[in-house]
Amino acid sequence: MMIEQEWAIILARIQFAFTVSFHFLFPAFSIGLASFLAVLEGLWLKTGEGVYANLYRYWLKIFAVVFAMGVVSGIVMSYQFGTNWSVFSDKAGPVIGPLMAYEVLTAFFLEAGFLGVMLFGINKVGRKLHFVATLAVAIGTFISAFWILSVNSWMQTPVGYEIAANGQFMPGDSWWTIIFNPSFPYRLVHTLLAAYLTTAFAVGAVGAWHLLKDKANPGARKMFSMAMWMAAIVAPLQVVAGDFHGINTLEHQPAKVMAMEGHYQSHPDGAPLILFGIPNSKERTVDYAIEIPKASSLILKHDLNAPLAGLDTTPDADEPPVGIVFWAFRIMVGLGMAMVAIGMWSLLARARKQLYEWSWLHKAALLMGPSGFIAVLAGWVVTEVGRQPFTIYGVLRTVDSASPLDAPAVAFSLLAFVVVYFAVFGMGIWYLLRLMKKPPEAHESALDGAPIRSAGITPAPAVLEGTSA
Amino acid sequence: MIDLTVIWASIIGFAIIAYVVMDGFDLGIGILFPFFKVGKDRDTAMNSIAPVWDGNETWLVMGVGGLLAAFPLAYAIILPALYAPMIAMLLGLVFRGVAFEFRWRDPAHRELWDRAFTLGSFIATFAQGIALGALLQGITVEGRSYAGGWWEWLSPFSILTGLGLVVGYALLGACWLNWKTEGALQRQAVTYAGRLGISLLLMIGVISLATLTLEAQYYLRWLSYPGVLATAIVPIATIAVTFLFYRSLRQTKDAQPFFWALALFGLCLIGLGISIWPNVIPARVTIWEAAAPHRSQVFMLIGASIMVPIIVAYTAWSYWVFRGKVGHDGYH
Repeated sequence: MMIEQEWAIILARIQFAFTVSFHFLFPAFSIGLASFLAVLEGLWLKTGEGVYANLYRYWLKIFAVVFAMGVVSGIVMSYQFGTNWSVFSDKAGPVIGPLMAYEVLTAFFLEAGFLGVMLFGINKVGRKLHFVATLAVAIGTFISAFWILSVNSWMQTPVGYEIAANGQFMPGDSWWTIIFNPSFPYRLVHTLLAAYLTTAFAVGAVGAWHLLKDKANPGARKMFSMAMWMAAIVAPLQVVAGDFHGINTLEHQPAKVMAMEGHYQSHPDGAPLILFGIPNSKERTVDYAIEIPKASSLILKHDLNAPLAGLDTTPDADEPPVGIVFWAFRIMVGLGMAMVAIGMWSLLARARKQLYEWSWLHKAALLMGPSGFIAVLAGWVVTEVGRQPFTIYGVLRTVDSASPLDAPAVAFSLLAFVVVYFAVFGMGIWYLLRLMKKPPEAHESALDGAPIRSAGITPAPAVLEGTSA
Repeated sequence: MIDLTVIWASIIGFAIIAYVVMDGFDLGIGILFPFFKVGKDRDTAMNSIAPVWDGNETWLVMGVGGLLAAFPLAYAIILPALYAPMIAMLLGLVFRGVAFEFRWRDPAHRELWDRAFTLGSFIATFAQGIALGALLQGITVEGRSYAGGWWEWLSPFSILTGLGLVVGYALLGACWLNWKTEGALQRQAVTYAGRLGISLLLMIGVISLATLTLEAQYYLRWLSYPGVLATAIVPIATIAVTFLFYRSLRQTKDAQPFFWALALFGLCLIGLGISIWPNVIPARVTIWEAAAPHRSQVFMLIGASIMVPIIVAYTAWSYWVFRGKVGHDGYH
């Protein structure tokens, strides 16, 4: 009996990790893409240049598919808390429930309500109102990120609550304290920048792919240029934001940072930065470590000789799995550094007026197309696995959070999710790649295929193209 | 003294009604989809809901999100109890949601995505109906959690409510198409609406009678004197509304049959309320036992009072933008 309950919890954890990871790929893309579309439409309204209208239509088709997958995989998440983590929901509901309700009220409805007009309504409402709809969707994605990251951050750094006699977390007298809990501002900035970078590198890769085939394609040039500006500006900002986030984590969840750094032991006079190595939790050491002496203290404490505690100061029962956190952190940071490098390279190319000429830059940007997606997933693995063995850090353990479930029920549903997600979203991703494979054309069609999207009182291309094409 | 718990029960009730009103017809169109001719008719049927389905489905998230926020204990008991139907519903919604986009992206596999649209719509509807039946027939609760097995939801009664909802949503779908389309497709929709109307009335009758046998509370609520004088209005009104529905259909009205069909759903929800009030888990847990603390209720009420009217306003605007008949080429 005990064994079965343990299995049920492990399967429920895999199920949550699987469904949330798959889900997050889509909003990580659509948050940035919605803003990108708003910028394109705004520039088109301002300048009247047809290239912006064409790019808007080109990326709108992609956005429609991404958004649909984000919606359906997102609805699943709002039920996962209840089906598999009902004890957590009962206990934490009074605090996190209202924040999630605010997400629905202020973000989901806004996005969904204006999406129809954004996708299909250009001929009906006119350009300005259509731009408002695009902005509403873009702002909705941002508000959604705000609330859900507040919830996640509260689970990482819970404050402002009391525990009632029945075991429930009760909100204290200030919701402000709960919403703006200590890790939230850092996590919000870090995650939003990550979403922008994810989009920038996906857009950059599509631009690069088409530049490699045709350097003169105006749409490809414009999207590559815009993406590389984002890479050059946002990637370095992200490094700074990540550093602040790490220091904040050190303050509130030191065990997570110890796992990220591979610090099994305390270092009273300056901790080394372990670049690579294989964490060995049995021997409490990192095998084959390549390390820079005292550099970890420099990064985390901004002082070469600052003492840093290790996992030897954490009770064994409260220790996160070191290997996964250690590796995921290195994948994220490595990709982040590569993004900075691409951004710098593009600045150099731009300065030499070679941005559309240097094919090695284009090849590198193409290779980096999926980098944002991999980096955000790795980042979430760091923060979520690093929070273990708790769901609400330091207060509620993961093993005490699950529903009273039968292992076979969780196993079957997990299998169903895996099969359906890979089949459906696999097809969806293939459709996305097919849309991206087509070069942006001088007269990019509106959402193609659907008759609803190609005709109306005013022919869509005439409305969207403006004065020049 | 205003009871915030009652207000929150009303808001959740409103979200459920809004969900049934709005997502019912687009799930129903999915259920009826294979009966429409491949090509123009199917494209038109799909286009009539393409701009609004996403907003419609958000009410489902509002319902469950609101439940977590306002009645966390109910959320924590109901979802594990309805584990299999809920997972089935979610997977059904995945298939039908992506079909809206995918069928246009991949003409070679359009037939496949049309089937996914139908299958997903059917499963999601059937699962919602089963969930309702499972709640009504009672779930095993011990302390603060669900204590039954993972098949407890399955019974002849829950299958019956599942089928009842399939018929009901299909009726709403047919009425929507009568309203929004023209020509052969509209005539086909009218025929289906005629058949589905009477089927739904039969389903409502059978399910209502079966419900009375489930719990003593239901039986007493409906049939004890003098309450019966009030509760008898519901079945009488149901028959009257059915009559008005058929009259509007015969008079070849476009929009009216849809609203009479919605009125039938409204009466069913009133009946549901009469049976279970003031419980959130029928015959087990009251709304006050499951309620979130006062501070959570107040904080959310501020947001809901500001946001719900705004949401209703821009949702209405969105429907207004896509008003009128949808032609083969989309709304015009």
